[in-house]
Amino acid sequence: MDIPWTLQTGAGAWNPLLWLVGFAVAFGVAWLVRSRGRPDNRSGDALKPFISGNEEPENAGGHIPASNLYWGFTEAMKTYYSRLVPFHTGIPSDYVAWLLGVMALMLVIALTV
Amino acid sequence: MMDSLALHLPALLVAIPLFTAFLIPLAGRAGDTARSALVLLGAALTSLAGLALAARVFARGTVLYVFGAAAPHAAIPMDSGGIPIRIIFQVDALGALMVVIASLSSLAIALYSLAAESRQSGKDGFYSMLFLLVTGVLGMVSTGDLFNFFVFLEISSLAGAALVAYRIDKGEAVEGGLKYALLSTVGALSVLMAIGILFAQYNALNIATVASRLRFGSLDMIALVLLAVPLAMKCGAVPMHFWTPDTYTTAPSSITALLVVSSQASLYGLFRILFTLYGDLLRFNWAVFGWFLVILGALSAFVGVTMAIPQKDVKRLMAYHAVSQTGYMLLGVGVGLAVFADAGALAAYGKTAMAGGLFHIINHAMYKGLLFLTAGAVFYRTGTRNLNRLGGLGHAMPWTMVFFMIGALAIAGIPPFNGFASKLLIYESVFRFSPFLAILAMVVSILTLASFVKVFHSMFMGPPRAEFAGVREVPAPMIAGMAILAAFVILAGLVPQVFVDRMIAPAVNALVDRAGYIAAILGGH
Repeated sequence: MDIPWTLQTGAGAWNPLLWLVGFAVAFGVAWLVRSRGRPDNRSGDALKPFISGNEEPENAGGHIPASNLYWGFTEAMKTYYSRLVPFHTGIPSDYVAWLLGVMALMLVIALTV
Repeated sequence: MMDSLALHLPALLVAIPLFTAFLIPLAGRAGDTARSALVLLGAALTSLAGLALAARVFARGTVLYVFGAAAPHAAIPMDSGGIPIRIIFQVDALGALMVVIASLSSLAIALYSLAAESRQSGKDGFYSMLFLLVTGVLGMVSTGDLFNFFVFLEISSLAGAALVAYRIDKGEAVEGGLKYALLSTVGALSVLMAIGILFAQYNALNIATVASRLRFGSLDMIALVLLAVPLAMKCGAVPMHFWTPDTYTTAPSSITALLVVSSQASLYGLFRILFTLYGDLLRFNWAVFGWFLVILGALSAFVGVTMAIPQKDVKRLMAYHAVSQTGYMLLGVGVGLAVFADAGALAAYGKTAMAGGLFHIINHAMYKGLLFLTAGAVFYRTGTRNLNRLGGLGHAMPWTMVFFMIGALAIAGIPPFNGFASKLLIYESVFRFSPFLAILAMVVSILTLASFVKVFHSMFMGPPRAEFAGVREVPAPMIAGMAILAAFVILAGLVPQVFVDRMIAPAVNALVDRAGYIAAILGGH
């Protein structure tokens, strides 16, 4: 049976509406489980974050700036970035040189292959 | 009356934004309200004409419009020696797809700009240039003539460069505009030289006519490279992408969203050249140029996203993502091009890959436009694009945050948004061509998600910051502009098959049907 609005991908199929129904069912089950929990366990110390025994910082100091995010990723990829970033010189003549370089390479390939 | 209007829709498609562009300075003399009303009317009529034309093409097939002819369909005059000498617009399903993109985006962007630019001076020139840019883009995707394509490419490039440099901010904007103008001019000169080579050989400028006469000699191959490489540069393909972050970052956000559409018009031009002008089944070297697109696509996807992750300027980060997403389009259509001569592979996965690539064009225009508009909304209220300085804005700008989330989830390929649908088509089809490339595409999506989690956290999460205490949500027209694009992102994600069946599959068929494109012009001769 063909289910309407199903995207045929050649190797499979994808129906977002069915996915949404599945999502709603999962959400319903989660809500059901949560609603059966102990209501008296939602106050007092249970609400405080545990930060390895440290004091919770003030709100304004709790926001991590963008530069500190993914530090590990960029550090691990340092060699890659140290080679890639210098190509981005910001100099317009370099940009034109890349265009002409690709054009020259393609000319050689197109005329010889 | 309605029939006559419908008949002249291709002409109206460029006439409306062109006249609006030149009327705006006059309306500006009557005041802000008159100018705003004209901008809104011009954008609405342009979109209406575009959507009506696209609907006609998807329902009835290719639409021809011959300027100056007694009958708009008379492509070849009796006394022209079999050459279509007049300016001809030829809008097939692929062109119609691009018209839909430009129509919807330009309406959303014009609406958004009314509020975003309300505090600025020099609005007459700004809106005139905006409509000229729209004219250029619509002309590029509608024309059936090589020289016309060059003219519209120039209109869009010059208007785009002027708009990038329009809001002078410590020289940054001028530098961005200059780089865009320089690269565009060098690229346009190359395109013009190629058109000259083809005209000198075949005595024609009409795409269908040149395609039917092409001999695939050395000069033709030189012309092909002179056409294809600058168009790949204009769409931001690595390693010719360097202008993209510099230009997209410094332009006003509404203009950046429109530049994305302009880049995609260049992508359309690239595909039109490769498939329609040169796409002879037996004589064209499909593998070489297919792999050219595939390599550019894979490089763009990976280099774009990895350069995006460390960025601190939100628009520069998004600009690198625009490069990365262009990679998916090049990859999808490139796979189709590479296997074009193999009928089995083309039917098994080539056409699906092309459908994914073309679907990603419209999806990307909508969610990337939306993301740039949300970045513009944040800048409008906070005056900074620096992610290290931003934070806690979710409390004060809930609508902007929701629109950003929709755009971010879509670009990362998270279901059920539109980016997932087109990426799924690309993953599954590209996997059958090369598992490595499919895995690379998936890794790029994961990195994209990571990058936008960082942006979301940096802009909207956290407690309200003291320096942004007075920040509130952006004005209603800006929300409305973002809402139009967000609505498309959700709709195309929820019912992707409807879009694929009605728009994308016909566009793929139009792209591979070179004989049909030629016959629409030369059929009776």
